[in-house]
Parts: sequence; structure tokens; C-alpha cells
Amino acid sequence: MTSFRTPLGRVLGSGSAKSGVHHWWMERLTAIAAVPLVIFLIGFILATAGGDHQSVVAAIRHPVVAVLLILAIIIIVRHMQLGMQVILEDYVHGKLALLVGLLANTLFCIAVAAAGVAAVTAIWFGA
Amino acid sequence: MTEPMVRERPLSPHLQIYRPMLTMVMSITNRITGGALYFGMALFVLWLAAAASGADAFATVQAVYGSWLGLLVLIGFTWALMLHTLAGIRHLIWDMGLGLDLKSIEWGAVAVLAGSILLTVALWLYVLLRGTAT
Repeated sequence: MTSFRTPLGRVLGSGSAKSGVHHWWMERLTAIAAVPLVIFLIGFILATAGGDHQSVVAAIRHPVVAVLLILAIIIIVRHMQLGMQVILEDYVHGKLALLVGLLANTLFCIAVAAAGVAAVTAIWFGA
Repeated sequence: MTEPMVRERPLSPHLQIYRPMLTMVMSITNRITGGALYFGMALFVLWLAAAASGADAFATVQAVYGSWLGLLVLIGFTWALMLHTLAGIRHLIWDMGLGLDLKSIEWGAVAVLAGSILLTVALWLYVLLRGTAT
């Protein structure tokens, strides 16, 4: 197949990293999965909002609720990471600033997901 | 060697040229709400972490979230979530190659905006009129 890249582009190594479709596709997959999970989250919050500590803990201890909460956290945080990556790539132009931004994005998302999953697990298996 | 061409390249018209339209406002709103929800998720996880920490920590977070400023943020959070979800569904419909004609696009922008406001009002009326849960 004929290459559409210019010789200069090839030597500089600029161009597609061959991961664009994967990013696009994962953004869609996580979006589709997030729709029912968001509906679940709203139902969960409506059921627990304003309740005391005991009632909230009791609700999260139900295995179906705990598993759905963990799934929602993981799926939505992955979607967050992909979305914020595009925002950073669009608006941050400095190479170093972009690198720092993307790293911060990844670390923030890992921290949020880890804290969320840890919290649900602690409540689920807590004494 | 020929000299590299240095001349003013034509620029395509940008934001300040176009008359603001609902479709473009809804487009950027989808991105802005996505960015807001990014930090909103941390608030939700903080609430879960407080519940895991114990009754005292949970009461503190509940008090902060239940203050007028907290409620304002939560109402904004709800609206952002409704809008981003509806706008996301609209995007998924586009991804299937549907509704790409002008009329559907104009209608969809209105539907997403109106739907997000209606859902937010309905959810909060339910919560506030019901009072404390369980």
C-alpha cells in the first residue's frame, strides 16, 4: 500500500501512534456502560440521600449494590480519564505541560478509583 | 536549496466570527459538564470514603454537603450529570449514523437542554419534598 506520509514526517517519527481508534472506541464503550450505571447511581443516591450512617452502610453492604458501585466507579473513572485526556490534548500546547497534565490526569483517576473501590470494599466486608 | 516559504497562511474563521448558536453552545457545554463531573466524581468518592471511615466522618461530610453551598454544588452536579448523559446518548445516536440532518440536530440540542433541566428539577423536588430518607 502506498504511504501517504511525507518522507520528512517519517524520519521525524511524527504522526499516528496507532492508538486513536482504541481511544475512541473505549470512550464509546465506557459511555454505553455508564448509562445504566448512572441510572443505578441516581436510584442508589435517591434511596440513601439524607439517611443516617447506619442506613447508608446497610445499603452498601448488599452485594448487588456493592458490585454495581464498584463497576460504576471503575467504568466512569476510565471514561473520565479518556475524556480529560482529549481536553488536555486540545488545549495544552507545550510538550512538557501536556506530559505533566496527562500524568496528573492518570494519577488523579487512579487515586479516585482506588479510593472509591477501597471505600465500598471496606464497608462491604467491614465488621 | 529553495528558501522555505514564509507567508501568512489563511486562517479559518473561529469562535469570534460565528454568531453563537444553540448547537455550538450545547457542544461546548457537553465538554464543560464532563470536566465538572470529573471533579464531581471525587465528591462522590469522598462521601463513600466518609461512610467507610465511620459515623463521625460521615456526619461531617453530610453536614458540608447539606449546607446551602453544598446543596448548590450538588444541584449543579446533578444538572451536569443529566446534561452530559443525555448529550452522550445523542452522540451515541450520531455514532450509529442516525439523526445527522440539520433538523434533527437542532431538535436534539433543545431536547438535551430541556431534558437535563426537567430531570434535575424532578429529582430535586423529589428529594426536597420527601424530606429525610428512610
